[in-house]
Amino acid sequence: MSRPVPRRPEYQKINKDLFVLTYGALVAQLCKDYEKDEDVNKYLDKMGYGIGTRLVEDFLARSCVRRCHSYSEITDIIAQVAFKMYLGVTPSVTCNNASRNEFSLILDKNPLSEFVEELPAGRSSLCYCNLLCGIIRGALEMVHLAADVTFLQDRLKGDSVTEIGITFLKQPNEKKYRRRK
Amino acid sequence: MAIFSVYVVNKAGGLIYQHDSYAPRAEAEKTFSYPLDLLLKLHDERVLVAFGQRDGIRVGHAVLAINGVDVNGKYTAEGKEVLEYLSNPANYPVSIRFGRPRLTSNEKLMLASMFHSLFAIGSQLSPEQGSSGIEMLETDTFKLHCFQTLTGIKFVVLADPRQAGIDSLLRKIYEIYSDFALKNPFYSLEMPIRCELFDQNLKLALEVAEKAGTFGPGS
Repeated sequence: MSRPVPRRPEYQKINKDLFVLTYGALVAQLCKDYEKDEDVNKYLDKMGYGIGTRLVEDFLARSCVRRCHSYSEITDIIAQVAFKMYLGVTPSVTCNNASRNEFSLILDKNPLSEFVEELPAGRSSLCYCNLLCGIIRGALEMVHLAADVTFLQDRLKGDSVTEIGITFLKQPNEKKYRRRK
Repeated sequence: MAIFSVYVVNKAGGLIYQHDSYAPRAEAEKTFSYPLDLLLKLHDERVLVAFGQRDGIRVGHAVLAINGVDVNGKYTAEGKEVLEYLSNPANYPVSIRFGRPRLTSNEKLMLASMFHSLFAIGSQLSPEQGSSGIEMLETDTFKLHCFQTLTGIKFVVLADPRQAGIDSLLRKIYEIYSDFALKNPFYSLEMPIRCELFDQNLKLALEVAEKAGTFGPGS
């Protein structure tokens, strides 16, 4: 008997504007605090990492996903279950290389940057949604998978879609008997 | 109380949370006159009964209280040594409470790390590849259920063997952990959980589990 995802009644439908505004305020403040785009991106990633390490437990507790056996399964679950649960969008997944360890999530609609028209002048290499990269990286690390997560394409920088690239890295000390995905 | 204890063990094997809810059982309080007809000995910082089992006082029971005041290991509440106190005829008649000694928090820490190691050994002993670790340990007086999350945290529940619905209770405890411990920004991962809300909600969940026996959907 499959258990439906338990939803707390007070969180069924709320307005996401406060969430989007909070994220915007966060990025704006970081831009004021740090001059270089790389610094802002780095701190967004770091914050996202901290969020990801906690969010993954909430995700696993509520979504009842089974243990995965391949990187493409994991990417599918991130796209179809996790993104759906937390952002309400379902990115499409493509595999970028033959050795099946580089994947892309293509987002045509990104709730976080829905109201952002373009990056301000002088901030051309800012990754506005870098928090998401950090979240995915932190979450994967908690289930013992090292990955590099970056933005490959960004609609805010002029590309046609927003693309997040996930590259799964080989673990330096993979223990034979303790592989847990 | 059909659910006896809950333990939460982190990835490294350290105990980060522990909750006991069993009612004390088999305690006996009796008034004694000099000389004491039980043989008491000091063991592991506790005064235990070594010989002279009678009337509900069994070998292995510890001295829990003297004259109604709880003892502190091998010392009375005033700081005197229990054995010395009981060998002095001037202190008699004395009322002593015996009972099964409770585990100290250090002992619990040690047992949790030992269980963590046994859990890992369990999965290695398996003839199949990629087996899980120990999920249940059954004895005649209790059943130990263990649930390990994909991130390596273990939730261990000790319950009455007849208690049903422990699997859903373990999942529920995982949800409570992800809510009240992890979403607390001042809680650091892998550290002991000292969150009031986590305690309260856990106790509520245990009560519900005992009454209902199983969890329905959407609870």
